[in-house]
Amino acid sequence: MDAGAMELTQSIQLISKSHSNRRKLIQRIGFSLIFLSLLISIFFLFIIVIFIAIRGAGVINWEFLTAMPRKSMTAGGILPAILGTFYLSVGAVIFALPLGILAAIYLNEYAGENLLVRIIKMGINNLAGVPSIVFGLFGLAIFVKFFGFGVSTLSGALTLAIMILPVIISTTAEALKSIPDSFREAGYGVGATKWQIIRGIILPAALPGILTGTILGIGRAAGETAPILFTAATFFSRKLPGSVMDEVLALPYHIYALMTEGTHPESQVPIAYGTALVLLILVLGLDLVAIVIRTRSRKKKLW
Amino acid sequence: MVNTSGNNKLSVHEAAHFENNGRIMIEDLNVHFGSNHVLIDVTFPIKANSITAIIGPSGCGKSTFIRCLDRMNDIIPSARVTGKIILDGVDIYDPSYEPYELRKKVGMVFQKPNPFPKSIYENLAFGLRIHGIRNKDMIEKRVVEALNAAALWDEVKDRLHESAFSLSGGQQQRLCIARTLAIEPEVILFDEPCSALDPISTGKIEDLMVRLKEKYTIAIVTHNMQQAARISDFTGFLYLGKLIEYGETKKLFTAPKDKLTENYITGRFG
Repeated sequence: MDAGAMELTQSIQLISKSHSNRRKLIQRIGFSLIFLSLLISIFFLFIIVIFIAIRGAGVINWEFLTAMPRKSMTAGGILPAILGTFYLSVGAVIFALPLGILAAIYLNEYAGENLLVRIIKMGINNLAGVPSIVFGLFGLAIFVKFFGFGVSTLSGALTLAIMILPVIISTTAEALKSIPDSFREAGYGVGATKWQIIRGIILPAALPGILTGTILGIGRAAGETAPILFTAATFFSRKLPGSVMDEVLALPYHIYALMTEGTHPESQVPIAYGTALVLLILVLGLDLVAIVIRTRSRKKKLW
Repeated sequence: MVNTSGNNKLSVHEAAHFENNGRIMIEDLNVHFGSNHVLIDVTFPIKANSITAIIGPSGCGKSTFIRCLDRMNDIIPSARVTGKIILDGVDIYDPSYEPYELRKKVGMVFQKPNPFPKSIYENLAFGLRIHGIRNKDMIEKRVVEALNAAALWDEVKDRLHESAFSLSGGQQQRLCIARTLAIEPEVILFDEPCSALDPISTGKIEDLMVRLKEKYTIAIVTHNMQQAARISDFTGFLYLGKLIEYGETKKLFTAPKDKLTENYITGRFG
């Protein structure tokens, strides 16, 4: 190789080296930014949990969890609020889950593709974003007044059910859509009817995805205040709810009540944080059940 | 009948001859997908206890054709099928013919192995249950028989309750064959069953098909001409939606009547 060629090779190597350094640098900056975003997000989540845990842990004891509130909510426990939130969110899921799953099956497996179906799907997605107070007003008009259920667990659960319905429908439809068509074809191939394929193959395979929707639904139902404001919740009650027609205390509403009503903030604020901590644990606990079911059904099959 | 569309129709004499031997008679089959005319006036027989291969270049309509035989195209909304497919003297496209009953009689093995997301055992048991077999011993007996018939039993007998997806691709395809055999069909359709498999797995499936023809009527779509030549008794050559030539495999591959057929099997296009 002559000297000229050598020089050329060297300068090309030099250029490509500086180019590769630049690319490495950009990559490093990119990764750092992504990692930083993750850190910041997690940081705030942790801070919230830790903050509530520290503020709330002090008041939590056996009595707090199992007793009725006393002395205008400045002492005693929050049992009725725990039960109320539990009834409301479980009730909401009982109404919304079958309805939502069946609606999603219809949309995804039967409805086909046309303008009406597209509008309905878009409508469902938009409903998920409607402010919850709107659902509260709707529940008041329909369930409390029109159907005459009054301010009751039933009205609240139904209102919450309607609120979480879009979440359950869209996650279920998404789960059904992710099942490969080859399974459906294989089902037809052995002479199954459409319904046999849906029931025997598609639904079991989509179960993990459906449970994800349920998890999101439960979390939202348990945490919302606005939908139960006019339909189910009460500031105070001397007794535990005896039937679905009784009004109930609920954890999020109880926090609101503690912070806005009453004249003894020094004893009420810690109880509010304790209540917030219980709400957090309750939601996580409900989620955990669904997560366990999901993990177990996922382990069984993979494709 | 005036023959207007080239070589794709059998002469009256030939048709009469095959009518006696054909297990399935395809008559003037036309398929449209929307405005696409995918199959044009296809007429030929599929004989009992033999393997009929359908060959042709990609896009010639051979998969569409085989999917007509168990009315699988019914599930595609834009598909329109006209003409007749006579199975055991009855037109399967007659509106009173229930496709679910047809598919019990005419099983299909697909291009890509597509076991259900269930255990090996359940893959076979599902088909039996949907056809009303509830007795557990009966189901077990049929599952074992079918796995044996598909030459898979020895490989899976200790892991029947593991996921079907733990099997290799070739084993999955034999599982799909076993799944088809379990519901005791009379006709089995293979839609390029080996195109996703390695040569060893392909060999096993081919051996299996040759053994199965003693009991079943078999049709196979393949783009692999060697495969058609190796295992089939009769061959139909489809090109641009038309049946160019049909005949005994030996004759078709050694002395094709049509220039197009000759060009295709000698690899001049494909």
